[in-house]
Amino acid sequence: MKQFLGFLRKEFLHIFRDPRTMIIIFGIPVVQLMLFGKVISTDIQNAKIAILDQSHDNTTREISSKLLSSGYFVLGQELLPGDNVEDVFRQGKVKMIVTFGPEFEHNLERDGKADVQLLADASDPNTARILTNYASGIINDYVKKEKLQNIQLPDQINVEVRMLYNEGLKSVYMFVPGIMAMILMLISAMMTSISISKEKEMGTMEVLLASPLKPIQIVLGKVTPYLLLSFINALTIILLGVFVFGVPIKGSFLLLMGEAFLFILMALSLGILISTVAPNQMVAMFISLLGLMLPTILLSGFIFPIQNMPLPLRIVSNILPPRWFIVIIRNIMLKGTGIQYIWKETMVLIFMAFTFIALSIKNFKIRLE
Amino acid sequence: MNEKVIEVHNLVKKFGSFVANDHLNFDVYKGEIFGFLGANGAGKTTAMKILCGLSSPTSGEVKVAGFDIYKETEKVKRNIGYMSQKFSLYEDLTIAENIRFFSGIYGISPKDRKAKQEILLKNLDIESAKDSLVGSLPLGWKQKLAFSVAIFHDPKIVFLDEPTGGVDPITRRKFWDLIYEASDRGITVFVTTHYMDEAEYCNRVSIMNEGRIEALDTTENLKKQYVAKNMDEVFLKIARNTE
Amino acid sequence: MPTEKPIQYSKSSPLLMRGMGEAISIQHISKSYKDVQAVCDISFEVQKGELFGLIGPDGAGKTTLMRILMTLLIQDQGKATMNGFDVIKDYKKIRNIVGYMPGRFSLYQDLTVEENLNFFATVFKTTVSENYELIRDIYIQIEPFKKRLAGKLSGGMKQKLALSCALIHKPEILVLDEPTTGVDAVSRKEFWEMLKKLQQKGITILVSTPYMDEATLCNRVALMQKGKVLNIDTPRKLVENYSRKLYAIKSKEMHRLILDLRSYDKTDTAYAFGEYLHVTGKNDEVEASEFENFLLKKKHTGLQVLDNEPGIEDVFMDLM
Repeated sequence: MKQFLGFLRKEFLHIFRDPRTMIIIFGIPVVQLMLFGKVISTDIQNAKIAILDQSHDNTTREISSKLLSSGYFVLGQELLPGDNVEDVFRQGKVKMIVTFGPEFEHNLERDGKADVQLLADASDPNTARILTNYASGIINDYVKKEKLQNIQLPDQINVEVRMLYNEGLKSVYMFVPGIMAMILMLISAMMTSISISKEKEMGTMEVLLASPLKPIQIVLGKVTPYLLLSFINALTIILLGVFVFGVPIKGSFLLLMGEAFLFILMALSLGILISTVAPNQMVAMFISLLGLMLPTILLSGFIFPIQNMPLPLRIVSNILPPRWFIVIIRNIMLKGTGIQYIWKETMVLIFMAFTFIALSIKNFKIRLE
Repeated sequence: MNEKVIEVHNLVKKFGSFVANDHLNFDVYKGEIFGFLGANGAGKTTAMKILCGLSSPTSGEVKVAGFDIYKETEKVKRNIGYMSQKFSLYEDLTIAENIRFFSGIYGISPKDRKAKQEILLKNLDIESAKDSLVGSLPLGWKQKLAFSVAIFHDPKIVFLDEPTGGVDPITRRKFWDLIYEASDRGITVFVTTHYMDEAEYCNRVSIMNEGRIEALDTTENLKKQYVAKNMDEVFLKIARNTE
Repeated sequence: MPTEKPIQYSKSSPLLMRGMGEAISIQHISKSYKDVQAVCDISFEVQKGELFGLIGPDGAGKTTLMRILMTLLIQDQGKATMNGFDVIKDYKKIRNIVGYMPGRFSLYQDLTVEENLNFFATVFKTTVSENYELIRDIYIQIEPFKKRLAGKLSGGMKQKLALSCALIHKPEILVLDEPTTGVDAVSRKEFWEMLKKLQQKGITILVSTPYMDEATLCNRVALMQKGKVLNIDTPRKLVENYSRKLYAIKSKEMHRLILDLRSYDKTDTAYAFGEYLHVTGKNDEVEASEFENFLLKKKHTGLQVLDNEPGIEDVFMDLM
């Protein structure tokens, strides 16, 4: 027993004297709790919607106003009858379109029923489901209240819900792009970061540095194999998604692969950057896992909608490359958009890749210190 | 003096098809300074790990400190001390904390520990550093401290795995002073080293080559047998013989 | 403790007389990490074609100094050149003409002997066959194992492979950081024989080692400890300049012998040196007979008290 206590004592001493262990034990749980608490929220606030009002009568205006004052929705765009619904969604400005048919109030008073159409962008099925539910709820609520006041015919407002891009609300449509982003990010960044750190640890980096090899040759030499392998990975994931899970590729396949290539390049550069700061493999892996995988899963919009997150986390989310890549993939695969709609996100990725590469080259030490 | 503290009979250790120890036979007597020599890869470390109870033989009989290595491994561990070049003491604990920890493991009472600790610190002349982290001490001090802690519980045998590697010549000799003192106290010292002059300090040495013991005798006899001026020559002649 | 001895440049080194010039020049180099002074104001030169040894224990500063010369670290103060090229400004040129074998050999454990050699050949923009003559004597010993993974080689074989990889581009200067540490005595001897042969081919060699006995195999050595140079000279001159009178003493009870000698008031130092003790008397005024008489009174049998020539280790310990 005494032996055991003596050993216990020693272990406590080790723990308290190692700042890294302390951070892991106390720091990380707090961070995780804050993150999870704020991120996992199934409530929606201020989702952008568009209203196509073909009647402009009292009832439609009242319903619209109830929707917009609920706190759940804000008006992203007023639509005119000639507007192309597909374009509106492709631009990504709104998540749902509420359409009131012509002569809405008139139909309601005369026939006791009228139609409202809720058209939701289901490339993110969770959000789509929630939005349509809220909207339906508000509309039906309105009907009940009105019924109590006007003791008239049984009024009925049919709410027709259509999910665009993902009729079956298949969650796999949401997951595949996210998983692709996560896997490519992890493999590319983690593998390159470990590869260079390994050389440092083994001591072979010393010999390479002392040789005529230029740093750019070393870096490219380390990156290229993973570039090829990750590309094959990306292809595999997409093919599996298409043929096994039935995820469509509505847009250009070439564009898709091009964006994947860009993303991989960006992730590899990030890996190199990590390796310039990590002195050994353990630290490199640590940074990759904590700094990349966890935020990717939680904050990139992969599972949890970004717009639900509080402002600070949304800002953090914008720094994460996967967040932009997921938008790009979802657009290409599920909405069939072309480069003209995703050029902003693409530019972000290009900028990130460029920054990481520049920083890596600057940081890459041609000497041991 | 004739009490055997280590008895090895037909010890075999295989890793797959590779025979690291090939039928070793030897005994070590109480109070001896026994040198266990041989090239890297000859099988020394493997054999030593077995004697310390850190690894099991493939076959053969092994008794350490009178206990059977297969059935009474825990008793063996209680009665031996161990020090290697790679690890000795916890760098992020103080000297006192290290001593306290190891005392706890070997069941030394707090009263005994305090008394022995005083003697140890005085012997090594480091009373002032009692509460310093071991990591902050100079290498020479660490070596001597590690050895003293390894024999703190007065084991029957202490195993030393290349304890003087990389250390300056004076510290090396001070370390051997400590080994002599331990031997005088009746502790058997089982040491491996690459310094051939250190082989001379041993009562008997064994020289291993490719898993077998090629020679086992006092340094005097070995020099006569191989017509050599010193142990370095003996070693070379044995190595060249077996090529 | 002995007083500081001035560093003596060997004026009688045969290579200097041939006027071959400097391969390595080190002027007042200092380097520290955090609070530790790793290298403290070191200056010396290595002539072209010399086999120069840095001798000293761990912490002497050997690795730090070599890394500075290899352009892998930047010194805090001082200047150093390799074949006339400055280690900071001309690092690219230096990296083309020097062969380096750092501690732990730094081979790719998961590549075979062949693959390692080929890799380093291509890195230095050459091929294995181009300079094969240079490494042939060395490589022949490991050629039977050329398809074996480097990680599975014995210490001695790794050593030979690492040396081959460092030589593959026919360097003008060879820098070897503790190539014999942790390797068995036979391989160590063979390694030095290989170095001697390489020296004959005109390569300047800078080697570091903690083994004092290897010092005698060099043309000149620098004895180093705790970042400072204790002395620099040919091994022979170092021994000749040893000023103390040294005795070698042995008896049938070596351990008691050393205790008794230390208790004798006329003893200055008494250290174990294998079979014999190396003993100096106070002020070097003590005669052999005085030691003999004292020890015989202490009932030592098989007593021998001899005059002894010092070795490098004696010199080193005297300088410490």
